[in-house]
Amino acid sequence: MNAPTLPVGGGCRTAPVLKERGQREVFCGLTGIIWLHRKMQDAFFLVVGSRTCAHLLQSAAGVMIFAEPRFGTAILEETDLAGLADSQKEVDRVVEQLLARRPDIRQLFLVGSCPSEVIKIDLSRAAERLSAKHAPHVRVLNYSGSGIETTFTQGEDAALACMVPVLPETDARELVVVGALPDVVEDQMIALLSAMGIDNVRCLPAQRIDGETGVGPNTVFALAQPFLGDTHAALERRGARHIPAPFPFGEEGTTAWLAAIAAEFDVPAQTFEAVTDAPRARARKAVAQASEHLNGKSVFFFPDSQLEIPLARFLTRECGMTAIEVGSPYIHDAIVGPDLDLLPQGPVISEGQDVEKQLDRARAARADLTVCGLGLANPLEAEGLATKWAIELVFTPVHFYEQAGDLAGLFSRPLRRKSILKVEAAE
Amino acid sequence: MKLTVWTYEGPPHVGAMRVATAMKGLHYVLHAPQGDTYADLLFTMIERRNHRPPVTYTTFQARDLGADTANLFKTACQEAVDRFKPQAIIVGASCTAELIQDDPGGMAETMDLGIPVIPLELPSYQRKENFGADETFFQIVKHLSKPQGRTNRITCNILGPTALGFRNRDDVEEITGLLSDLGIVVNVVAPLNATPADIARLPAAHFNVLLYPETGEAAARWLEKNHDQPFTKVVPIGAGATRDFIAELARITGKPLAYDESRLRLPWWSASVDSTYLTGKRVFLFGDGSHVMAMARVARDEMGFEVIGMGCYNREMARPLRAMAKEYGVEALITDDYLEVERTLEELSPEMILGTQMERHIGKRLGIPCAVISAPVHVQDFPARYSPVMGFEGANVLFDTLVHPLVMGLEEHLLTMFREDFEFHDEAGASHHGGHATRRIAEPDQEVAARQPAQDNAPPDLSISDEAKEEPASGSDVLVWLADAERELKKIPFFVRGKARRNTESYAAEKGLQKISVETLYEAKAHYAR
Repeated sequence: MNAPTLPVGGGCRTAPVLKERGQREVFCGLTGIIWLHRKMQDAFFLVVGSRTCAHLLQSAAGVMIFAEPRFGTAILEETDLAGLADSQKEVDRVVEQLLARRPDIRQLFLVGSCPSEVIKIDLSRAAERLSAKHAPHVRVLNYSGSGIETTFTQGEDAALACMVPVLPETDARELVVVGALPDVVEDQMIALLSAMGIDNVRCLPAQRIDGETGVGPNTVFALAQPFLGDTHAALERRGARHIPAPFPFGEEGTTAWLAAIAAEFDVPAQTFEAVTDAPRARARKAVAQASEHLNGKSVFFFPDSQLEIPLARFLTRECGMTAIEVGSPYIHDAIVGPDLDLLPQGPVISEGQDVEKQLDRARAARADLTVCGLGLANPLEAEGLATKWAIELVFTPVHFYEQAGDLAGLFSRPLRRKSILKVEAAE
Repeated sequence: MKLTVWTYEGPPHVGAMRVATAMKGLHYVLHAPQGDTYADLLFTMIERRNHRPPVTYTTFQARDLGADTANLFKTACQEAVDRFKPQAIIVGASCTAELIQDDPGGMAETMDLGIPVIPLELPSYQRKENFGADETFFQIVKHLSKPQGRTNRITCNILGPTALGFRNRDDVEEITGLLSDLGIVVNVVAPLNATPADIARLPAAHFNVLLYPETGEAAARWLEKNHDQPFTKVVPIGAGATRDFIAELARITGKPLAYDESRLRLPWWSASVDSTYLTGKRVFLFGDGSHVMAMARVARDEMGFEVIGMGCYNREMARPLRAMAKEYGVEALITDDYLEVERTLEELSPEMILGTQMERHIGKRLGIPCAVISAPVHVQDFPARYSPVMGFEGANVLFDTLVHPLVMGLEEHLLTMFREDFEFHDEAGASHHGGHATRRIAEPDQEVAARQPAQDNAPPDLSISDEAKEEPASGSDVLVWLADAERELKKIPFFVRGKARRNTESYAAEKGLQKISVETLYEAKAHYAR
């Protein structure tokens, strides 16, 4: 009864995937730092990279957050490349400088970049040494957010995956929800689960190092974001078990996601309904209102955050839209499979990108709404296409029931705006 | 390695993009990994460009590194030429591609693409964005300009405007109009809106107008040396500089030039009695060297402000800026370290900052008004209205720009007279700035409240580490403020409170006092009265 109905003509799980290779118009994994440093309040992210990395971080948020942020870049200089300076000593020196300046830091992430990977600076060695030196006050970890290895949200995946091996061991039967969620959304989720009798829900990442989550053979985990492939694998290696489900976007996605967890914890159907009925009704109503401008319209997704497949499922099934192409940087079948099952057949499912060819397809399709990155949005608008910039989907609370209407609203606003503006010259 | 929080300039290939994006019919093939495409959004979002920058990124990945990144470059290059059919291409490497040493320039030159190929060598680990733009434009000019005779009429080129430049669009329009009024025809504006074919025509002009030394000086020098074209040295920002610029044009063309100042309002606006309150406002300037030097003159000579410090983030301009600072009797701050600029501002506590968007944010935190006068740019620096900073209309715009952030004359008096009014108090800010009036809260330390206005978007935990903020002002560790003096100090409006505190403390130190009373405060006030 809580299981969503499968599409009559079949879903997209077995649909052929158009795999492309070429110029990609996407961010690299360093971008994840923009939201991770806000989520983890005692963490600092130190990128070892170039001026380009620093400039990207400063520009990526679309707005600059000019205050001293909890991230910075150790910019490589000529002496570092020529081998005149010992890179390990240099990392030590910069970290000392940083920790002296920010004594409140408890977790430090050394983040690899394209240049640091190419010249092979061993940040894992540095992290191990610095961790030993600064324990127990500061824990130092490392991951790579480089563009040669990670695409946009994969940066968060890499960051969380590097935390998994150092999580404390536990035998407790606990649920871990994985993926950085806005605080308000996380609180709503915990309240829903707790009302069903599922307590001790742990989050990865936790807000602070002390609030930390343990992991072990009795841990089950649910993913709140679809881009967490490596973290998924790392948790399984620690013996934890994944609860596969569609992602909690929209009323249907949220219900299916919660139902999968409820089934795992043997929550009685009656309890489940008692907890979810009211918010479900609210979400349905909100989505219906917000999707007035979406109904009957078509949508084209450029690959960006890996949220594309679950969002296409939401827009087609709950907002009455038709998907023409659903592009994603990567498709992990084990993770987005349940969403692909529900996405009605029809759209081209594409993985990877050759941006010029994809632009040709988008121009030919002329969808009512094109979801794309910031570099493409204004140029496509100038060609008469309505666009939704994808990055907002990562920076806005969009998960679970109470945000379902907001999520539909993010997509309908560009269309609504187009319909109300009368700025063209009279013919 | 250098620990960096915010940067004033991007890497040099972003400078090359500013040139490529400004031009038409030119394409940039950039050997770069995935992610470097972020730079596109600077142009499409900040500047609201309706076209993608003409840049093809080769997008190599880790798995290509052991294999064949060179071939990837060649394919991308050929496809870009086939698809976009440019008149010429520039090719180069971003910071990562520089490390794998594929030599994109050499490869593209051997590809027989049928169009000019201009290789760029931009050392990513030594130089920055302005250098990248200057060098790229220079290489384009060197490769494409053709020897030819001069035009019959007196013509000039305008050199330096790029994409993402501070008010470049409107400056070019204003200066083109000024030149036209003076009977000088513009041959080519470059790089902004120029095609490679236009670049070839540069040597037909009689001389060059160098509006932006940061991005056009290398090309101007090369054209002077190789095509005997003199170039202008005065940057026409402000009324005086615009007049000097016209005088320089007269010298170069050898003709007396009559000009019309009827549209210039700054001198009267500044002389009129309403502006008396601007007298001696203490300002600090920071930005790119050219804008800071030009604006220092406007601030001192045309607004009647007191310049208490100046600096620039581009070392290329360190020498002339130091010389000017010396002439103005202030220290020059040459740094690209945002935190160092912040520390300096805290120390000097000026009444207004003329800076970049970075200083605007520092000012917001410290409660100091700021007018933006230089790149790096923000979406706000691309107003829909015509808004040059050069020429006579530019001077008018500057008057408004420099007055707007301040609390206006009479309002300033009222604030001084009725300091304790519950809604018309100094923390409420200037009445013509909407949306941030806050009710005075009965807080023990109102100075802290004033320094961190409630409208600041930055949540408290983002703010600069406390050690810097709480560091006592110089000398105050040995000086003690008595309670009544402290209370009296708080009655002084926030925009002059920092100055009053510093003046009183230096006066007390000079007199060898240990304690500061109300008496000392007013003694100091009399001492420093102007």
